[in-house]
Amino acid sequence: MAAFLINSLGLPDWLAWTVTAVVAAVLILHVIAGGALVFIWAERKIAARIQDRLGPTRTGGRFGWLQSLADGIKLLAKEDLMPEGADGLLFRIAPYVSFCASFCAFIALPFAFDFVGQRLNVGVFFVVAVLGLEVFGVILAGYASASKWSLFGAMREAAQVVSYEVPLGMCVVVPVMLAGSMDLVTIAEKQGGWFTSWYLFHDPFTFVIFWVYVTCAVASVNRAPFDLAEAESELVAGFHTEYSGLRWSFFFMAEYGSMFLVSALAAVLFLGGWNGPIPVARLLGLSEGTGDTAGYFVRLLGCGNLLLKATLGVLIMMWVRWTLPRLRIDQVMTTCLKYCTPIAAAMFAGAMLWQLALPGGLIRGLPAWLSRPAGEVREGWLEGPGGLPAGRGGARAASPSVVRVLP
Amino acid sequence: MIAVMAPGVLAPGVVGQGGMPWGLLPLAAVNWHAAFFMLFAALACACAVAVVLADNVVRMAFYLVLSLGATAGLFFLAGAEFIGAMQLMIYVGGTLVLLVFGVMLTAQAPFVAIKPSSGDKVLAGMVGAALLAVLLQAAFRVEAWRRPSVAAPVAAAPSATPLGMALLGIRVDEPPSGAVGTRGGYLLPFEIVSVHLLVVLVGAAYLARAKRRRTPRSIDAAASAVSVQERPAGPAGVPLASGGRR
Repeated sequence: MAAFLINSLGLPDWLAWTVTAVVAAVLILHVIAGGALVFIWAERKIAARIQDRLGPTRTGGRFGWLQSLADGIKLLAKEDLMPEGADGLLFRIAPYVSFCASFCAFIALPFAFDFVGQRLNVGVFFVVAVLGLEVFGVILAGYASASKWSLFGAMREAAQVVSYEVPLGMCVVVPVMLAGSMDLVTIAEKQGGWFTSWYLFHDPFTFVIFWVYVTCAVASVNRAPFDLAEAESELVAGFHTEYSGLRWSFFFMAEYGSMFLVSALAAVLFLGGWNGPIPVARLLGLSEGTGDTAGYFVRLLGCGNLLLKATLGVLIMMWVRWTLPRLRIDQVMTTCLKYCTPIAAAMFAGAMLWQLALPGGLIRGLPAWLSRPAGEVREGWLEGPGGLPAGRGGARAASPSVVRVLP
Repeated sequence: MIAVMAPGVLAPGVVGQGGMPWGLLPLAAVNWHAAFFMLFAALACACAVAVVLADNVVRMAFYLVLSLGATAGLFFLAGAEFIGAMQLMIYVGGTLVLLVFGVMLTAQAPFVAIKPSSGDKVLAGMVGAALLAVLLQAAFRVEAWRRPSVAAPVAAAPSATPLGMALLGIRVDEPPSGAVGTRGGYLLPFEIVSVHLLVVLVGAAYLARAKRRRTPRSIDAAASAVSVQERPAGPAGVPLASGGRR
């Protein structure tokens, strides 16, 4: 976008970069805030339908469209309370810590080929690292509230998130290994084409590990059935018992932002990113890499693809939440340590071996000497004019030296 | 982040004058790279001082997170994305979550609000000043660091792939003509560290495993089930088990 501003509109460099940064930040902020509004409404409707109720029906028309907005105005008008024994600074700042962590992770998330706040060479790593920081706001909130309920909720959350980071990291490593890059843009690019080239369908091991990822992702954002931190039947409201008004809603914006983020990450890592199940644009002879209007609309279509996939992921999380009962804390830990971690480790080893033996994937799962290497098959059409950024050159230049040095 | 997006193009000398509104001109005069460097550096230093001056353990941890996070920002600003993400993951994420986790469950009253004696303060000041003197002297001795180089750091260089290859024993950053083995990769240190970590993991699992009781009762089973949750924390588990029963 900065290049477009400089070249087409003739803006000076400093202004173009500033405008680009501001636009990216504002867009991401609106994805989180606007998304939270929509998702809270959807959650209420879905919960109601699953429980054989109607949910909100009156505010703003037939389906209660404006219910979230009305809730927001109510939250704005609420008094901002603080318990007497609370640590004032930490109590006030904790919601923003959570929200900032959720927001920062969106910076490296690609919404389409060129639609990424800041393309990072270690995008996956960055997102997972920043996502783990959200727990810090929760711990601060639990400690600073000076309430036993809050402290118990925070302790549970800390134990849970720290444990689930292990299998989550193992699941994330598999697409990184298949793509040969930690760059989220590259990972999604490599899954271009028909839906058979998505990493979900790459081999049986990735198919299994996707579901392990789903479990760990739900646990790491503290959604039911893993919402021990705010278990309302035991802990009143857990870590946000003492919060009210806008600070409380910041926690919820962070939660819905994180839900959307892990869903989008699942879409990028396993479900082809912005590539649709059928490569419509490629069949029409269009390329997303070109700088003209057609390329822009292809990318816009890809952005819609990714948002659709991520929204579906969030809806599935809601479905799970209102269907399954909450686990006990020891069951949560058992799920992580005795099931998710060993399964993820075994699937990681399996995917590695599969990649060595049958690099072409499941559908074109011919033995290696019969089919061309997967990288060539998939990337041939990606290398349109300007389609490949410079970041990929390093990896490719590295491969001859591998051949040279290895015996 | 913004400055990383625009390496080297924000220096005041290259500002175009193409009919800009005058109100935006102060933005043009800012060298964004330097501004963000100063912002992160000031944040890191101020929070580091606050860690020392605060008397509440959890507030100290909070300031430490801010300080380490600002350091990660400096790494990102310099284009070292891998190191920056590592900083976030290991220091800001892992260590501090575990620190808060342990501190809040083990700390008794004298440790929650720490009041150092004046002798401690003098001693700490001397040690800190000595370290600062050594570091400053070492920093100004390096010739290349003295004058600020005109070219801003190049952020586009991929940082993860050469690192990973070097850990596997292949140095892609060296010209291929050199004799193999003159400056090899880091395969041996990598393996040593891996085995070391494996030993630590096995040891932690051994220390934290549930002890077999001769007459298992339902209460004990529940207590051991609670104690399951701190296994990843390793030896810090014992206090948590008592906290769970409290």
